[in-house]
Amino acid sequence: MAEAMSQSRKAGFSLARHSTGIIASVLFLAPIVWTVLSTFKPAQEARQPPLPPWPTTGFSIENYETLNSFGDGLWVSAQNSIYVSVMTVLLSVLVSVLAGYGFSRFRFPFRDFFFVLILSTIMIPFQSILTPIFLVLTRLGLHNTLTGLVCVYVTLQLPFSIFMMRNAFDAVPREIEEAARMDGANNVTMLIKVMLPLVWPGVVTIALFAFLGAWNEFLAALVLMTDQSKFTLPVMMTALQSGRFGAIDWGAVQAGVTVMMVPCLILFLALQRFYIRGLMAGAVK
Amino acid sequence: MTAITAASAPARSRAGAGLRQWVGLLYVLPAVALVTVFFVIPLGMTAWMSLNNWPLMGEHSFVGFDNYVAILRDTRFWNALRFTFYYTVIVTIAIFAVAFPLAIFIEKPRALTNLYRTAFFMPAVVGFASASLLWSWLLNVDSGLFSPAAFDLGLTEKKVNLLATFQPAFWSIIAMVVWKVAGFTMIILMTGLQSIPQDLQEAAVIDGAGPFARFKAITLPLMRRTLALALILSVAGSILAFDQFYIILRGGPRNQTLTAVYWIFNQSFVSFKLGYGAALSMVLLAILVALSLIQLWLLRKPEGLD
Repeated sequence: MAEAMSQSRKAGFSLARHSTGIIASVLFLAPIVWTVLSTFKPAQEARQPPLPPWPTTGFSIENYETLNSFGDGLWVSAQNSIYVSVMTVLLSVLVSVLAGYGFSRFRFPFRDFFFVLILSTIMIPFQSILTPIFLVLTRLGLHNTLTGLVCVYVTLQLPFSIFMMRNAFDAVPREIEEAARMDGANNVTMLIKVMLPLVWPGVVTIALFAFLGAWNEFLAALVLMTDQSKFTLPVMMTALQSGRFGAIDWGAVQAGVTVMMVPCLILFLALQRFYIRGLMAGAVK
Repeated sequence: MTAITAASAPARSRAGAGLRQWVGLLYVLPAVALVTVFFVIPLGMTAWMSLNNWPLMGEHSFVGFDNYVAILRDTRFWNALRFTFYYTVIVTIAIFAVAFPLAIFIEKPRALTNLYRTAFFMPAVVGFASASLLWSWLLNVDSGLFSPAAFDLGLTEKKVNLLATFQPAFWSIIAMVVWKVAGFTMIILMTGLQSIPQDLQEAAVIDGAGPFARFKAITLPLMRRTLALALILSVAGSILAFDQFYIILRGGPRNQTLTAVYWIFNQSFVSFKLGYGAALSMVLLAILVALSLIQLWLLRKPEGLD
């Protein structure tokens, strides 16, 4: 009797838990799903309220095709975004792996000063130094160039990624290095052949954060990229949504937002444990 | 012969070791150079520019603290700052009100927990600009979702433009930010919950403590550092809010939702008063640095533990 009671109470608890979980999941996913489904409506239908969200007058990719007809076209902005994000990933990984190794394994003058200097930049909001960054880029001849934007994005990633990489290298036992040194490995071969495979998860984590950071950044791109052919996706789509190219085409906005969201979602789903790992590292410290 | 080599080898390797340590400088050089050129120098320039009248074109001139005096009289900046703080308080409360229950919900590994956690977290990896563009469509009065749906369901007599007046516009932004950020805060709070030793909770149960008493006596104190971290991240992020107000509201209706960063952006890159914008930036910077110092104090290791 008591057994049956506790059984049914358990089932009731489980039911309540899963109903809550499913309702909450639907609320969080609905805006994303709603948008993605709506993009496949014909342009005419996309102008109407998305009720229901799926196409009712036929499947179409018109909204994606029209995206290319605004300004320099979505494809140019997408290319800019891809270039900026990939370069930010490559450069910030390179610079942070080198610096993380240096800070972890060598004792040189001003080591602690440099480390604190780099980490402390996280306290300063970059929003407050955008004007001088603009002037510095002009002085360097990088004004209104994607390369200039990459330099800024890499710098913004450094405190997090150097901190991550230094901890990753710190976790590698010194015996491994000493054994490799006995075998005659010099610093560079040691780093690439011996250390890198051991700190690989850290590299994936900082690469993921660098990509998401660069792909999604808006304010710096808005301020620093003045030429339409240099716009990244967020800047381009905001120009479109503000009616800069005539009447707002909401179908095109949905398609553009989908193009902006999907890479982030796929990367996150594929590399989730690296992402959570990065968050934890930030949260624990 | 053998004796000599034996004696000199350690000495040489010690000198070599000292020199080898200097190589470390080469490894960190690119990072230090980037931070110097794109962070330290701009930071110094902000301080210097704030003491100048600095138009985009033409010569700049030293004006001492005139820009700062002008800030004191700039009621629109103070309005923006007041709005920013108001937004920060409301949105932080809203985020915690959603994220904390979610963190408790997903804390223990049970069936489907990972699936729920991933679903709640998805909006957090979408950028603020994408999320703002998405919601600007959902909130649109003619082509969006909310107003037409409310009208179709008979909740409103006509389609209401949610973005036309302050209250609905403001709360729409709060809803959007909570949707986007709650999953992130949830994960941070979850790490705190998971770090609480299970036997502590069990001992309290044996002692007859109810769920609320346990929450107050065990969960909250032991989560102090995690709570502080989540709080500071939320507060700092909200004080620097820009994307959503620029993209969804353009600072409207009637400039009521201009945030501090938005006002600095307008002064610097719309009016091109670079010196004045720099002085405003210094004020913002001081606020954020103060916040970071509070953070360091809140996150200090509990005494006796390290």
